[in-house]
Amino acid sequence: MELILESRAVLAKELLHVWRARARLVATGTFALATLLLFSFAGGLNDAALRENSAGYLWIGILLASTLALGEGLRVETEHNAIEMLLLLPVSPAAIFYGKAIGNLLVLLLVGIVMLPFLTVLFDATPTEGVGPLLLCLFAGSAAISAPGTLHATLAARARSRDVLLPLLLFPLVIPCVVAAVQATHLVYAGDPMDQLGSWLGVLFAFCVVHWSVGGLLYSRVVED
Amino acid sequence: MPDPAILATAVGRRFAGRWAVRDVSLTVAQGESVLVHGANGSGKTTLLRVLASAISPTAGSVTVLGKPAIEARSKVGLLSHADGHYDELSGRDNLELAVKLGHLPDRIDAVLERVGLAARAGDAVRGYSAGMRKRLAFARLLLKAPPVVLMDEPYAALDPAGHQFVDELCAEFSAQGATVLISTHQVGRVAQWCDRAIRMDQGRLGWSGDASELRTRPADAVAAAEERA
Amino acid sequence: MKGRWELIVGAVGGLGLLAGSALGLWWAPQERFMLETGRILYVHVPTAWLSMILFTAAFVGSIGWLVKRRWGFDFLSEASVEAGVVLGCLLSVQGSIWAHWTWNTWWAWDPRLTSVAVMVLSFLGILALRSFVDDPEKRATWSATATIVAWVNVPFVYLCVKWMRSLHQGQSSVANIDPDMGKVLLLNTVAVTLVAIYFVVTRWRIANAVHQREFTE
Repeated sequence: MELILESRAVLAKELLHVWRARARLVATGTFALATLLLFSFAGGLNDAALRENSAGYLWIGILLASTLALGEGLRVETEHNAIEMLLLLPVSPAAIFYGKAIGNLLVLLLVGIVMLPFLTVLFDATPTEGVGPLLLCLFAGSAAISAPGTLHATLAARARSRDVLLPLLLFPLVIPCVVAAVQATHLVYAGDPMDQLGSWLGVLFAFCVVHWSVGGLLYSRVVED
Repeated sequence: MPDPAILATAVGRRFAGRWAVRDVSLTVAQGESVLVHGANGSGKTTLLRVLASAISPTAGSVTVLGKPAIEARSKVGLLSHADGHYDELSGRDNLELAVKLGHLPDRIDAVLERVGLAARAGDAVRGYSAGMRKRLAFARLLLKAPPVVLMDEPYAALDPAGHQFVDELCAEFSAQGATVLISTHQVGRVAQWCDRAIRMDQGRLGWSGDASELRTRPADAVAAAEERA
Repeated sequence: MKGRWELIVGAVGGLGLLAGSALGLWWAPQERFMLETGRILYVHVPTAWLSMILFTAAFVGSIGWLVKRRWGFDFLSEASVEAGVVLGCLLSVQGSIWAHWTWNTWWAWDPRLTSVAVMVLSFLGILALRSFVDDPEKRATWSATATIVAWVNVPFVYLCVKWMRSLHQGQSSVANIDPDMGKVLLLNTVAVTLVAIYFVVTRWRIANAVHQREFTE
């Protein structure tokens, strides 16, 4: 109970910070959109191929943007050692983890939502299964990225070469969630006659359960010096 | 007999294989004020950070008010070099955060007034000068008003009025019965009101004795006191 | 050389591997479906087996370090990750060669092979993490954390790639093949295990020596 209250307070801080530094958020969103444009050119402007792969482009865009958002989220903690100030207040490491991870989840979700209309405009992709399932995919995928992302961004933030280290650690780790999120999102766009959407969302859900638990358990090891 | 405010037993801390602090045993009684001095790199900062449980000791143990340091965090205030502020948030936001997350009494307005930041409280900390950042850190310390106060170089970056302010603040903490550990190079100044002084020497506890011995003409006094020891 | 028992283990393993591979190439019967290409089995299966064992050893070492804070666990974890990455790379190359002769493509996105590649990549990241952290305690703790997370992630990688597409042979094990083939496979598995023990122990000793140097400065 205490953990929930504390996490909520940390989350409130995260959101306030994102809001105060919203120029950064806008830049991250723009970055994600720029990747969409790049994919269009890399795909040779082939309409059919672009539509077919739009779910993949969406998630790679979100993943690339996530390294920026995650890195920034931890930079503000380590720049003046604010995370230590939190720990000494004292706030429990698990609460810091959950607060920050949920904050990152919401940022990624927002980036994804901003990208959706562009997917329709650029790639002519329309969600045949409806917007609800689409948002569900976005939510599950963002949650799956943000838990290991927060943990590894914290590791990377305090090591040397953090900009390289975060993607190096994170990308192999989130391959299963990229696979599952892309498959699920693709089904929402292309239609789901075989009823496979649930299985992929199930994988994402299981991935989240494991990584959100492991992250909460291990976070104290990472932040306590 | 009450528990000592700080009880450090054979404390050591290693960074990248090097001992920054080694084999320090220290007892500080409740209400006592202690001056920690020593050359740059002698381990003052590391010692204070270990006592505050900001970092864990590699060897030995620390108890604060009879509890392991890590469980006594709510009773300890640490003022360190890194001030722990969020740059994009305003001064007031930063304090509100501390109040909410640390379950502290909401005396933000009074505290802002006290540190002289009331007029700029709504501005983002990004625009603060080094001295203002320091004052904001003091404001957080005042909100917490802990029974054990650890201050690392509190005079750095402050103007003369600020120095005066730190002296008053320490007197106030002491008057309330708090234990104060202060690490500084302003030996002569702090020795005027401290009970005891300890000197760190290459990570180990060097000379330690009554602060009064350092009061007159500090530079000579330190040397003389050490010679006697 | 005194006390370097792992040298003997390594030598026996090396000889065993030579003998087993020779037997596998010339003595053992041809595989029924894969014909001569199938003989890669005698190194492929033991390599796969060992890389799994090594990554699991790294996982155990990581848990051990976090719980007990004994340096031996960190050395075990470091040694196993490194040896595991080497074996994982070999495994991917072998799989790729095999895929080339069987399906006429270098990379077939087979779930097991792809999982191994992803696993190698995540453990390579952990080796990078190690090299970017100077403080030995932090290095041990952080890489232990990352190792645990990477290890826990393996089933998800496998499952996802498998669901995406699947065209690998059924799992080869000693139980479902010709007895002579089984003997050779067993010999090579034991031999590769010995070689891996040699690698890990040697790497463990190096880690220990580095540690001693870091701590006596």
